[in-house]
Amino acid sequence: MVVGNEAVPTGEGLHGEAYTRPSRLRTLLLGNRFQTGLVRLIVIYALLIFSAFLFLLPFYWMVNTALKPPNQVFTLPPTWIPKPVMWSNFLTAFTIQYETDPPVYNYALNTAIVTVNGVVSTIFSSALVAYAFARLEFPGKNVIFLGILSTLMIPFAVVMVPQFIIWRYLNWLDTLWPLMIPHWFGSAWNIFLLRQFFMTIPREYDEAAYLDGASRWNIFIRIILPLSKPALAAVAVFAFVFFWNDFLGPLIILSTPENFTLTLFLANFNVAYRGTPWHLYMAAALIIILPCLILFFFSQNAFLKGITVTDLKG
Amino acid sequence: MVAYAFILPWVIGFILFVGGPIVASFVLSFFRWKMIAPPRFYGLTHYINMVTTDELFRTSIWVTFKFVLISVPIGQVLALILALLLNQRIWFLGYWRSAFYLPAVVSGVAGSVIWVWMYHVELGIVNNGLALLGIEGRNWLFDKELVLGSLIVKSLWNIGIPMVIYLAALQGMPQQLYEAADIDGAGEVPKFLSITLPMLSPAIFFNVVMGIIAAVQTFAEPYVMTGGGPDNATLFLGLHLYQNAFHYLKMGYASAMAWIMFLLIFGLTVFQFGLAGRWVYYEGGAR
Repeated sequence: MVVGNEAVPTGEGLHGEAYTRPSRLRTLLLGNRFQTGLVRLIVIYALLIFSAFLFLLPFYWMVNTALKPPNQVFTLPPTWIPKPVMWSNFLTAFTIQYETDPPVYNYALNTAIVTVNGVVSTIFSSALVAYAFARLEFPGKNVIFLGILSTLMIPFAVVMVPQFIIWRYLNWLDTLWPLMIPHWFGSAWNIFLLRQFFMTIPREYDEAAYLDGASRWNIFIRIILPLSKPALAAVAVFAFVFFWNDFLGPLIILSTPENFTLTLFLANFNVAYRGTPWHLYMAAALIIILPCLILFFFSQNAFLKGITVTDLKG
Repeated sequence: MVAYAFILPWVIGFILFVGGPIVASFVLSFFRWKMIAPPRFYGLTHYINMVTTDELFRTSIWVTFKFVLISVPIGQVLALILALLLNQRIWFLGYWRSAFYLPAVVSGVAGSVIWVWMYHVELGIVNNGLALLGIEGRNWLFDKELVLGSLIVKSLWNIGIPMVIYLAALQGMPQQLYEAADIDGAGEVPKFLSITLPMLSPAIFFNVVMGIIAAVQTFAEPYVMTGGGPDNATLFLGLHLYQNAFHYLKMGYASAMAWIMFLLIFGLTVFQFGLAGRWVYYEGGAR
C-alpha cells in the first residue's frame, strides 16, 4: 500500500524526477499517515532490542552461572560464556544432599502435590460458584458477589494469624494439608474471571437443555464446562504458577525440611550449604523456574486470555 | 435452593478461612497473646505502641510507602511504553512480548535469588557491566541509601501482566477515532494525549489499583534479598509483621499491624476510586 505514489503528482512531463524523489525519500524515512518510516522503524527496534536485552539479562546471568565449572564462578572479570559447559551442575544441584536434609526431589514432590491439588481445586470450586453467579437467580446474589470481590482487598496478613491458629489446633502444622484444603472453596479472583466468561456463553444452550429436563448440575458439567475450556485453561495456568511459586504460605506452615517445598528450599539454600556455591544455586533456581517457563511457552494463549478475559470497560 | 448448593463451597470457605479469621484477627488485635499464656485484654495498647514505642513499625510503614509510591508509577509508565512499542506493526510480536512477560512467571523467591547474584558486589553482572562502561560499581544490597532503589529496579522486571493488559486495551482501540484525527491533521502527541490515554484510562486505573494492592504486601523480595537490612532500610511492613508473628509469637500485635496494612490498601484504593471520577473515561457513559 504505497500511498506516497498517489499523494505525489505523477506528471513526469511537468516536474520530472526532481520533484518526486525528495518526497519519496521523505516518505521512506519518516513515513506518512499509513506507513512506518525508516527512522521510526529504527527507533522502535532499537528500543525493543534494548528493553529485551535488559529483561533477559537476569536469565542470561542465571544460565551462564549455572553452567560454569565451580572455579570459574569466582574469576574476575567474570567469564561471559561458560567453558567447558557443565551440564552436570543440574544433576549435582538436583541430587546433592546436605547432612541430614532430604534430597531436592523430595521438595519437588511436595511442590508437585501442592500445585496439582491447587490447580484442580481452584478450577473446580471457582467454576462451581461462578456458575451460580452467571446463571442462577437467588436472593442476595448481588450483595454476595460484591462481598466476594471485596475480599480481593483483604491482605493475606489479616487472615494469616487466625488461619495459623486454626491449623495449630487441628495439629496440622508442618503438614501439607493447610496448603491444600483451603483452595477447595473457591478463590475470589477466579470466581470473578469465570463468571465473566460464563456470561458470554449464549443462554439458549442451557435453556434448551433445561427444557429437556437436564438438571442444573448436568448443565454445568456437560454444557458450561466443555464450552469454557479456554477460560478454564487460563485459570489453570495461573493457578499453576501461583501454587508452584507460593512462598509465604509454606513458610509459615512448614518447619521440617522433609515437608519443605521448592521455594522454601531455595530461600534456605545458602544457609543449608554454609556458604554459597553460586553455580549450584543458579542451577537449582533454573530447575525450579523451568516448569513455569515451559508451561508459558506451550500455553501463551491461555496466559494472555487469563489476563485479558475480564472486560475493563465497565 | 439449587443456587445455594452451588455457592455453598464459597460460603463455607468464607466462614472458615476469610470471614471468621477477619473477625478473629480484629478481636485479637486488642489482646496480648504470645500463644503460651491465655490471651489478655490489651485495649488499644498495640495501636498506641505502634506510634509511640515501636520505631521499627514507623520505619516499616515509611519503607513500604516509599516503595509503593515509587515502584507503582514507574512500573506502570514502563509497562505502558513497552505496550505502545509492541502495538506498532512489528515483526515477531509474540517473541518480543514473551521476552517482556517471561519474568512474570518466575517466582518471587527464584527471581530474588537471581537478582542477589546480579547485584553481587564483586561477581555480579551489574557491577561488572558498569565496569565495562568505566563506571565504578556500588554495593547495591548493602548500602542503606541504595538498597530500596535496588529492590524497586528488581520490581520493574516483573511488569509483564500490566503490560499485557495495556497491549490488549491498545489492540481493542477503535481505529475510526485515529482515522478521524488523521483527517483533522492531528500529530502523534495530540493523538496520544486526547485519544490513546483517555481510552486506556480504565486499564490504567485497574493496573494501578492491583499494583498498589500487591506492592503493599511485598514480602518475598526483602525476605530473600536483604532480610530487611541493612539498618532496616528494607524492613517492609509485611516483613516486620511476619517477624513479630512467627519469630516473637506476638500474635495480637501482628494482627493489629495486619489491620494497619489493610487500612493502607483500603485508603490508597478508596483514594484511587475518588480520583477516578476525574480522569477515568468509560466508553458508553459514566459509571
